[in-house]
Amino acid sequence: MEKQTKDHAALAEAFIQDEEHVNWHDGALWWIRQKRDIASKQIPEWEALREAASQIKSNVLSNLHDYLVQFEANAIKNGIKVHWAADAEEHNAIVYSILKEKDIRQMVKSKSMLTEECHLNEYLIERGVDVINSDLGEYIQQLDNEPPSHIVLPCIHKRKEEIGELFHEHLGTEKGVSDPTLLTRVARGHLRNVFVTRRAALTGVNFAVAETGEYVVCTNEGNADMGAHLSEVQIASMGLEKIVPLKKHLGVFLRLLARSATGQPITIYSSHFKKPREGQEMHLILVDYGRSRQLGRPEFRDSLKCIRCGACMNTCPVYRKSGGLSYHNTISGPIGAILAPNLDMKKHADLPFASTLCGSCSNVCPVKINIHDQLYQWRQVIVREGYAANTKVLSMKAMAWTLSSPTSYSTMGRAGRWVLNNIPFAVNNKFNPWYKQREMPDGPKESFGEWYAKNNG
Amino acid sequence: MSIRENILAAVLKNQPPASPLPDIDSFKGDAQDIISTYCDVFTSIGGQVFVVKNFTEVAALIKKNFDSTKRIVTTLSELSDVFELLSTSVDPHTFNDVELAIIKAELAVAENGAVWLPEQRMGQRIIPYICQHLAVIVPAETIVPTLHEAYRQIGEGQYGFGAFIGGPSKTADIEQALVLGAHGPITMTVFVLK
Repeated sequence: MEKQTKDHAALAEAFIQDEEHVNWHDGALWWIRQKRDIASKQIPEWEALREAASQIKSNVLSNLHDYLVQFEANAIKNGIKVHWAADAEEHNAIVYSILKEKDIRQMVKSKSMLTEECHLNEYLIERGVDVINSDLGEYIQQLDNEPPSHIVLPCIHKRKEEIGELFHEHLGTEKGVSDPTLLTRVARGHLRNVFVTRRAALTGVNFAVAETGEYVVCTNEGNADMGAHLSEVQIASMGLEKIVPLKKHLGVFLRLLARSATGQPITIYSSHFKKPREGQEMHLILVDYGRSRQLGRPEFRDSLKCIRCGACMNTCPVYRKSGGLSYHNTISGPIGAILAPNLDMKKHADLPFASTLCGSCSNVCPVKINIHDQLYQWRQVIVREGYAANTKVLSMKAMAWTLSSPTSYSTMGRAGRWVLNNIPFAVNNKFNPWYKQREMPDGPKESFGEWYAKNNG
Repeated sequence: MSIRENILAAVLKNQPPASPLPDIDSFKGDAQDIISTYCDVFTSIGGQVFVVKNFTEVAALIKKNFDSTKRIVTTLSELSDVFELLSTSVDPHTFNDVELAIIKAELAVAENGAVWLPEQRMGQRIIPYICQHLAVIVPAETIVPTLHEAYRQIGEGQYGFGAFIGGPSKTADIEQALVLGAHGPITMTVFVLK
């Protein structure tokens, strides 16, 4: 999957070619943001809940070692087999070894961003194990051989006609059928057959309770449960940071999660897995994959509080108009842009710059992560470490010089106004990135400074 | 050192100084008009509610609203003379043809419409997911205002699996168009027993 060579701006440029599509995408996500607003306003203590959730997560991060040990001990007591993986390769190898021991060659998987990050499907398919994603959006993305573009709404960037075409090609529906209900019924039929024939099912984890050793999986479709309760081997993959200390803390997080994500009062299914079913094996893999490193970065560790609701994506003006795939990372949008540089700073050096720093992400975040501050701080780190693009470094230096003294500032201002008014063709051309999709304005006759000197001097 | 010890050592080294847990026991909901709140919320999330007095009414409503020629299973002895009492020991795959499952919740949450079902109430874990339609009996006195009261009541719980279920299975993955019945039940009906 390491085939990406274009940065966010270049990928977004391709996405925005179809203006009508971009406007639809923008509107669809904003509509979800509005549903989130309506849902949150029905809870008078909403802000107190956000604050409590943020504090619980601060406590988790500050005591993560002990909570992990406690969770592990309780999970083992419950009959769950616990594994530890330092990185993607180790995680994938554990899943494969579990399946191999039982001679299982087919697995069904519900939504798990962690296994997407680990590229588990590719790993297993290379070794002859067939994996089917059962979340409808992820299933559609898998048919199209694309990663999800949004953590909650994996195929939000696709129009129903495109999905109809995919179903026609892969599932044999009639050409031209694009009715969402009809397409969903077709997928239901196909996936029902998958659920009843798979011996192994893998799920993600939303919350893991240290106090009781149980873990909670939230879905709307019921796909995690359909897989898990019909399987003889159940596997759950979780990042280290999914711990909550006490069971009662679930009340806080489950009140926030779905309201922030889609405006629903709760996800349809909030499943609490504690012990394997009679005759079933239950495995849980605790995965580090960069989390302990991020924990050691004081200015960025709060990114580990994320509960993956996607609210920051839905509200982000850059995400809404550039699409999730432009972020070339499993977790896209503002939260992805502060998580990704921790994994590979060079590869993801462009992402913290894919933001206007407007702060809307931080305002909707249910666990109060200061996302926009961290975007700004990552920019400092990336430039300092020498990973910023050359054009960005040069323009930053020019900007720093211009703003360094009143004389250089007014000289550049005069020069800019003269160019706009006398030789506009010098900036109205394809060499100026600001000219793309825009007309340059006429230059004002005088600056505010000049006007002020004339009128009040 | 093992992988586990390496990870734990890195976590211990990098975790910040202790930060206290907040007090969340002050969070509580409003118990006023709790039954009507529950019914309104559950209807708004795509469910159907009937307030009933007894199991005779439940049985009559089920016969009227569902196809009795198809397989209907229940965990409830009160309904076992009318519907199939489900076996807790057979292979869960054998329930793939269930049209309607009727089970009883331990409690329900007014604020979000969800019912709490520990696995003993499901009969088998797969039951509320594999059926085409789900019906749940909720005794009126078990409805609590919010999830905070619910977790207080559940406590540690004697279950291997338990779930909040709040409505029929749904998806909006195709162009944000809401479709009921993604993989699980296409409809969910709650009978509030008063």
